[in-house]
Amino acid sequence: MVMSMSWFIPENEFDIFVKNLSKKRRLFVPVKENSIVRFVEFKDGIKPYFEKQATSSAKNTIFPQTETLFRFEYKKDPKDLKKFSVEISETIEAPETVVLGTRPCDARGFLVFDKVFLNPKHPDIYYQNRREKSLFITMTCTDPEPTCFCKAVGSSPADSLGSDILITKVKDGFFVETITEKGEKLLNELNLKDGDAYSKEAEKVKDEANEKLESPFDTKGLSTDILKLFNTNFWEKELAHCLSCGVCTYLCPTCYCFNITDETSDSEGERIRTWDACMFFHFTLEGSGHNPRPTKAERFRNRVGHKFSYFPDKYDGMIACCGCGRCIKSCPASVDIRKVIIDLKEAANESA
Amino acid sequence: MNLPKNPYLPYLATVTKIIDETPNIKSFQVVFNDKKVQKEFSFEPGQVGQLSVFGVGESTFVINSPPTRKEYLQFSVMKVGEVTSQLHRLSEGDVIGVRAPLGNWFPYDKMKGKDILFIGGGIGLAPLRTLILFMLDNRKDYGDISIIYGARTPDDLCYKDDLKEWEKRDDLNLVLTVDKEFPNWEKRVGFVPAVLKEENPSPEGKVAITCGPPIMIKFVLEALSEMKFDDTQIITTLERRMKCGIGICGRCNIGSKYVCDDGPVFTLSELKELPSEL
Repeated sequence: MVMSMSWFIPENEFDIFVKNLSKKRRLFVPVKENSIVRFVEFKDGIKPYFEKQATSSAKNTIFPQTETLFRFEYKKDPKDLKKFSVEISETIEAPETVVLGTRPCDARGFLVFDKVFLNPKHPDIYYQNRREKSLFITMTCTDPEPTCFCKAVGSSPADSLGSDILITKVKDGFFVETITEKGEKLLNELNLKDGDAYSKEAEKVKDEANEKLESPFDTKGLSTDILKLFNTNFWEKELAHCLSCGVCTYLCPTCYCFNITDETSDSEGERIRTWDACMFFHFTLEGSGHNPRPTKAERFRNRVGHKFSYFPDKYDGMIACCGCGRCIKSCPASVDIRKVIIDLKEAANESA
Repeated sequence: MNLPKNPYLPYLATVTKIIDETPNIKSFQVVFNDKKVQKEFSFEPGQVGQLSVFGVGESTFVINSPPTRKEYLQFSVMKVGEVTSQLHRLSEGDVIGVRAPLGNWFPYDKMKGKDILFIGGGIGLAPLRTLILFMLDNRKDYGDISIIYGARTPDDLCYKDDLKEWEKRDDLNLVLTVDKEFPNWEKRVGFVPAVLKEENPSPEGKVAITCGPPIMIKFVLEALSEMKFDDTQIITTLERRMKCGIGICGRCNIGSKYVCDDGPVFTLSELKELPSEL
């Protein structure tokens, strides 16, 4: 952690700031296409959209939806055509990357990912390389969505944890502060104006943002409550309307389940990793036909259990939910994780 | 030798021998193409590996040869899905990928001096085989060794050469059973849990290790509990659908434990601490 230093970008100079960020590195920004806001690579002509939380999280910037793990090629032995050899080539790419316009929830999602992908026993080098070369410029959420509940899971609209730089919108422009050394180094390169004069105004904006949001539930005791209800019909009743479509997992900043498959063409191909979802029947279906999570009740139980019980149990109490509310906002069946948790605590209380 | 720095990168290996175990199970003996890897590779009994058929995919299998016999690694594969069907089409000399060793192993040090009871069904003998052979190679470290092994039919018994050899040994008690009567079958008839009850082994100074189809394991565990085996004396090894093999991809968890990384070997007391999602 470094001493917080601050800068100021006048409103009409923000476009230049964005362009300068993209000069020496890959830059991701949220972009609105039709009604959907996603993080995409910045190119000239792209207009970033910072007004509202992006529809999907920023996880694709470090953990792409599809990536090649390695390539393989079968080679025939010219002397004995029945014989072949296989050659494997690693494909590890990790360009310097800046992600601009994350919200505190997006940045916190990567802290959850870090626990899993940077586990010292076998770090995932694809993630590790990208993570080391990435920097997050987060924006204070001055206008939280009705679905936001980050306060319930230990965060807030101006939370800087997991970010390298925090930007807060003030009346005449943007107040910029460094959170990490990485962030400071980048800002020093960019020749920005000093921000001291705006720090009080920015603090006020943050406080106001913070006050706009309430905490819908308390996570105390939640981990044991989930285990207590494990073998009850709570899940079936609560999730009767879930469609098992998996959209919650795809938009979630803390969902990282993936699949590994091979794609081939002729005698060569690649092993690829793609996002997968624990809400799908096939996710845990075994070759024998046995499925330990055969219905949506077990699958949703696993999703809630993973976020609020198993993950904290494994990683020093860290909750694997950042309260972004995307799963609520985009659920076609109006499943609301806040309600599930409130109901769950009540059911656990009753069964006690 | 551990996994490479990139845990998703398989070692290349050549299939040196294929053994037809049963009508739908084949064993594959493989040798790493890189001589250095072959020399330095080490593992513990019970650890698993991911076999790759490049272009088709990966599946998880236990290394069923023991670490005491290092000329090759052996995996047994039942033909059930895409990868296993493709493995069954391989010929000797073909090249596959191996990501190993993965997962934990049987606590064989803690079993020293104890009597060992193996209870297996079908291809469930595979993970037991690595430990049985390991113990036979370190015979003096262990007390009595008994094996109760069953399959649906005499044809479905795996490792027939091993079984023949084990039958001949006087330092090992082998009980074979099949589900129902078959012509020329002169050994036991009945499901494994029933034969276990007939044998009625005393739990004193014993460790029971079981693997087989889920339904067999369920009734074996019940039978052992009836015989007053303590949960800490019962060890099993689990199967789950796996992809990454290193506790990340989210498939094989039971509560907070990942079968690929924290398992596949668990004592019954450890299993009982986990949510019941088998």
